[in-house]
Amino acid sequence: MSAASAAPRPARPRRRRRLDASLIVGIALVAVIVIGAVLLATIGRNFFSAGNIRDILTGMSVLGFVAIGQTLVILCASLDLSVPYVVSLSSLIAADIMAGNPANIPMAVLVVLVVAALIGLANGLIVSKLKVNGFIATLGTGLIIKGYLDTNYQGTSGSVPWDFQLIGATGVGPIPVSTLLMLFVALLAALFLARTRTGHRIYAVGGDEQVARLSGIRTARPVIVAHVLCSISAALAGLLLASRLGVGSPTVGTQGGYDLLSIAAVVLGGTLLMGGRGSIWGTIGGVAIFAVVDNVMSVLQVNPFLKDVVRGVVIVAAVAVYTSRQVDRRRPRFGPRGSVSQATDAPGGSDSTGTGRPGETSSDREEVRA
Amino acid sequence: MTATTTTPTQPGFGERLAAFGRILISPRGAVFLLLAILLVAITVLNPSFAEPDQLVRFIQRVAPIAIVAIGQYFVIVGGEFDLSMGSVVTAQVVIAGNLIGQDASLALPVTALMLAFGALVGLVNGLVVSFLRVPSFIVTLGMMLALLGGVLYWTGGAATGNPADEFRELGRGGIRDLPVIGILPWAVVILAVVLALAIWFSKRPFGRTIIALGDNPVTAAYSGTRTWWVKTSTFILSSLSATVAGILLVGYAGVHPSVGRGYEFTAITAVVLGGVVLGGGRGWVVAAVAGAFALEALFTLLNFAGVPSTYRDAVQGVIIILAVAYAATTFRARRKGRALEASPAGPEQAPEPGPDEAKETVADPASARPAHIPSTQRDDNDTKGGS
Repeated sequence: MSAASAAPRPARPRRRRRLDASLIVGIALVAVIVIGAVLLATIGRNFFSAGNIRDILTGMSVLGFVAIGQTLVILCASLDLSVPYVVSLSSLIAADIMAGNPANIPMAVLVVLVVAALIGLANGLIVSKLKVNGFIATLGTGLIIKGYLDTNYQGTSGSVPWDFQLIGATGVGPIPVSTLLMLFVALLAALFLARTRTGHRIYAVGGDEQVARLSGIRTARPVIVAHVLCSISAALAGLLLASRLGVGSPTVGTQGGYDLLSIAAVVLGGTLLMGGRGSIWGTIGGVAIFAVVDNVMSVLQVNPFLKDVVRGVVIVAAVAVYTSRQVDRRRPRFGPRGSVSQATDAPGGSDSTGTGRPGETSSDREEVRA
Repeated sequence: MTATTTTPTQPGFGERLAAFGRILISPRGAVFLLLAILLVAITVLNPSFAEPDQLVRFIQRVAPIAIVAIGQYFVIVGGEFDLSMGSVVTAQVVIAGNLIGQDASLALPVTALMLAFGALVGLVNGLVVSFLRVPSFIVTLGMMLALLGGVLYWTGGAATGNPADEFRELGRGGIRDLPVIGILPWAVVILAVVLALAIWFSKRPFGRTIIALGDNPVTAAYSGTRTWWVKTSTFILSSLSATVAGILLVGYAGVHPSVGRGYEFTAITAVVLGGVVLGGGRGWVVAAVAGAFALEALFTLLNFAGVPSTYRDAVQGVIIILAVAYAATTFRARRKGRALEASPAGPEQAPEPGPDEAKETVADPASARPAHIPSTQRDDNDTKGGS
């Protein structure tokens, strides 16, 4: 997102549009908060009480970690459906290695991150070298990890020392440490996307792989890096869950539905599912919207099954609002290439392939300059 | 496929055999080869599997998955996803359980209602995808959450009641007292009918339009396709097929909110195993059904081989990755081969080592087949080692 700040050329309209993108997410978030606050006020509860704020922020942290990684992968026009299993696996490995002894914490964290990186590496290699669609590749690796988990673990396992549990339990004022960590990781990811060569290449490859390759980018590497980072951030979520639960659990990832919810959060945050456009901060906004909606429904004591109905409707409605804006907004991008502009404008229903393209050209140019 | 039966009378037997072999190892036919190998392996482990009645039972077991795969095929070949199928199956099963109850006379009206409900779900999916421009992944994900939540809310999270036996007969009964196979389950008949309809449909102009739309929506729109209607109809088809699968599963598995869970991913896996390309435009409905059969045969094989059931998922994961990787690399190699004249990007797994972007960039402007560029070759090797 903030990549625009680095652009030296007179890219005036683009800068405005980019702000626009995160602005819509922000507006949606504010709208959700206002509605939530009003709803809670009607039953005499205060939305902005310190306890409630803490609940919301706590609810953001785990999904936030997963969604940050998912954003990177989706920007490459891939997907990661294996995250829930990586989350479960890392919570188990961490709890098993720690075994209640604080001295084992660094070792456990290291092993977890290495294992996750290897899983991500496998995902990335399968997607980029074997040319397997990311959906299928990560569905496959997810199933493989699931098979391993089901075979070797019957239930919760290991135990997490108190020192490590503090990470999930303490807070600075109303802000939990876990959320601060998540925001810090988000900042790192945003800087990675905005400031590093690989970050720019992730956008380029996601926008159009052919064009990226013809521009001299090794298209495999950004994809692999994104997958490795995604698995690592999922592992961080697993560590956090282990610290909250005090044990490792083989079902903690699947119960949370982190695969589909993280993808929904990313898309809610304005990232194109086809890759090439989007931002980390939008994703955080999407995660926050989820957290607020969930929190409001919990306080209102909505039936847990109805919650799913509301969640489903909110996802579709929010993305619908977002995409309808986006389609209009993106049209001028076709301007410089007049023929394309007419071609895609005319048959209203056929945006899907056309719109993926122009986004990449700009980030691609950016890349070449970098 | 028919080549083997007609070959003796035709000239060029060897040629035809070679062509047949080429189809078998091509991504399009690979699934049939895989299925044959799996079936042979099962028969070796357990000879009684080859008996006709066992085979029919096997087909009966596959029928719901195969029918769901047929529906998913149309959506995927049209360039979209349908993640809501599993929830539709669950919803229909619960609807049947709750509304029919023990009153057999309700079976017909409720079946009509279920079909209408299925069509409505597909219609909503399709309209939101076409007119609100929301990616189908998100729409059907939302539909999946909403439907499942709604059904569980309605039933309070627990299953209530079994429908009348007459209704369940569809899923578990059949035509009895037949000579060779003993019993022909209705599920097999329904699968055959659905498959025949699907083949007929995909040969019709409308069916071909779906593929055209999946391949290139802009071209399809320019050639006069009402894209919104074509797209919506694929979602309606998939929801209807999920409904049919649900009707079969009521009889076969009973009423429970967990029936149908995970069917969307199973269906997508089956379709992809059948060589259908995610993103649309390429695929054959029969191969998608064969993919469903191959998947179930794989599970049966693992069962007979004594593999712990917990490893089933892992093996499934390995198989789908390998199958798709095989299809992807073969497709790529073939496309490169054909496109050599137009853009001399060169085969990636060429004699010279290395998938290398640098060289292709260099080679591309030279429109004719480029001579060797010795200076860049070292770079190629470096590239390969690096990435």
